Amino acid sequence: MQKIEAVIQPSKLDAVKDALVEIGVDGMTILEARGHGRQKGHTEVYRGREYSVDLLPKVKVEIVVTDAMVDGAVNAIISAARTGTIGDGKIFISKIDEAIRIRNDERGEIAL
Amino acid sequence: MRIAVVKVFLALLLVLGVGGPMLAGQQAFAQTPAAASVSQASRLANLEKQAASNTAAIAAAQTSGDNAWMLVSAALVLMMSGPGLALFYGGLVRKKNVLGTMMQTFAMMALVTVLWALVSYSLAFGQGNAFIGGFHNMFLHGVGLAPDPAYAATIPLQTFMVYQLMFAIITPALITGAFAERMKFSSMLVFMTCWTLFIYSPMAHMVWGKGGLLNAAQGGRIPCLDFAGGTVVHVTSGVSALVTAIFLGKRLGYPREPMPPHSVVLSFVGACMLWVGWFGFNAGSALSAGTLATSAFVTTHFAAAAAAIGWIAAEWIRQGKPSALGAISGAVAGLVAITPAAGFVTPMSALWIGLIAGIFCYFMVVKVKAWFGYDDSLDAFGVHGAGGTLGAVLTGIFANSAINPIFGAGKATGLLEGNWRQLFNQIGGVAIAWSISIVGTLIILFVVDKTMGLRVSEEEEHDGLDLSQHGEEGYDWAH
Repeated sequence: MQKIEAVIQPSKLDAVKDALVEIGVDGMTILEARGHGRQKGHTEVYRGREYSVDLLPKVKVEIVVTDAMVDGAVNAIISAARTGTIGDGKIFISKIDEAIRIRNDERGEIAL
Repeated sequence: MRIAVVKVFLALLLVLGVGGPMLAGQQAFAQTPAAASVSQASRLANLEKQAASNTAAIAAAQTSGDNAWMLVSAALVLMMSGPGLALFYGGLVRKKNVLGTMMQTFAMMALVTVLWALVSYSLAFGQGNAFIGGFHNMFLHGVGLAPDPAYAATIPLQTFMVYQLMFAIITPALITGAFAERMKFSSMLVFMTCWTLFIYSPMAHMVWGKGGLLNAAQGGRIPCLDFAGGTVVHVTSGVSALVTAIFLGKRLGYPREPMPPHSVVLSFVGACMLWVGWFGFNAGSALSAGTLATSAFVTTHFAAAAAAIGWIAAEWIRQGKPSALGAISGAVAGLVAITPAAGFVTPMSALWIGLIAGIFCYFMVVKVKAWFGYDDSLDAFGVHGAGGTLGAVLTGIFANSAINPIFGAGKATGLLEGNWRQLFNQIGGVAIAWSISIVGTLIILFVVDKTMGLRVSEEEEHDGLDLSQHGEEGYDWAH
């Protein structure tokens, strides 16, 4: 089992959600987030004074999938979220030791 | 008894019944020259009586027409303070100061009204010397429903009084933009009370009051053209704002910490209300619903539009983008600059005044403030002080006797018509306004600072005025 965390543009959330559902991802967690990568935000100008806004609104999608599904899920996210411009976001993948369904105590991949 | 009444009634009927034809017969009969002249004289008398009653009816209609316009204008000017300026300034501060800032304007609506009724109307418009009115009209004594021809012949004096009150409210409210986010509410009330009594009232008296030093309409010694308060309202408030901003010092963290406006949307709505309200401010200053009001209405609108274009263009060229805040700031700058000129210039001159003001105020706010480094938080000086001064000077250049022959029919009014002296008069008027504002404001600030302190504590400033001064928050996101 692996966890995929994708930080994406808020406008791409629907496309990413649809792409993941299409390849069979059942559950996901969506978080509203703020942050920046290498581009370091943007500047706003009010009456000649510049203000740099370095934490931009983003959306973080978290899913946990079986090892076999990781590549498909990553490809789905990339193809749905990519605009080719700066600020498209990042994907992080990490190992998951255990998953437990609270309702009936199921454990492992069956709980996903 | 009843029989007597019936007898009298019958007698009357008889007289009318017999007398009617008798009179008609007399008229038909009376064709001698003497009788004809008598009848002509009575016809003339009748016509004269009818003409007099027509004139009275027309005067009454004019009075009610003028009065209607002036009451609407008074309400429009109050709208400039209430929602207009409060929203404009409220949006420009950080969100922890939105209520504190709006409250400062609202407090002026209450405080100045009471002061006006008690004493400051009398000091501004009562009989006095060249510099200040007297105490004869204290508690509005003698300010009734009959007009005072020295001010406005066709509206009740009370209408004039309440219209002028709205100017007295917005003027100190404009100053609050300079010391936003750091002044104690209690000290602000004391400061504004003194400012209204010792700076606004004398200045209004000098420019508009009976026998005022700068009153061009009533033979002041330095006849200064100020149609709707460029000098009285904008120069005094703008210059006092600058003095206050410097005296109080910069906000904590200024200019290191970012302090962008928390809602340009609020400011946008407020600025649009200011633009609408300004028609009451300027066109209402004709004090009647006649052609001069139309002229001032048109010039006001044209100047605002041209100034918005001026600011947008300057910003677009220098910073690469035309901002919404720039557009509304430009419009306000144009409205300020046209204020003294509104009833004296042609629509085309108004376009020029607006365009110049938009570009000029842009440089004052964006460049000059940065050069000198003062923290005029919301640019009360950059827009009102600078725009008002510019407008007063440009009035001396563009004033046109065809629009308003204030110095007599056919007599040159402004510099473009050949009256060079008027430019010097305008500069003189502005110089007096600057001097009184600087000296007076410094004295008041010094006294208030020594007695009760002007600034909130560092901790209170950090928390914001909403919480520290009023114990409430503008936006409670938890509910």
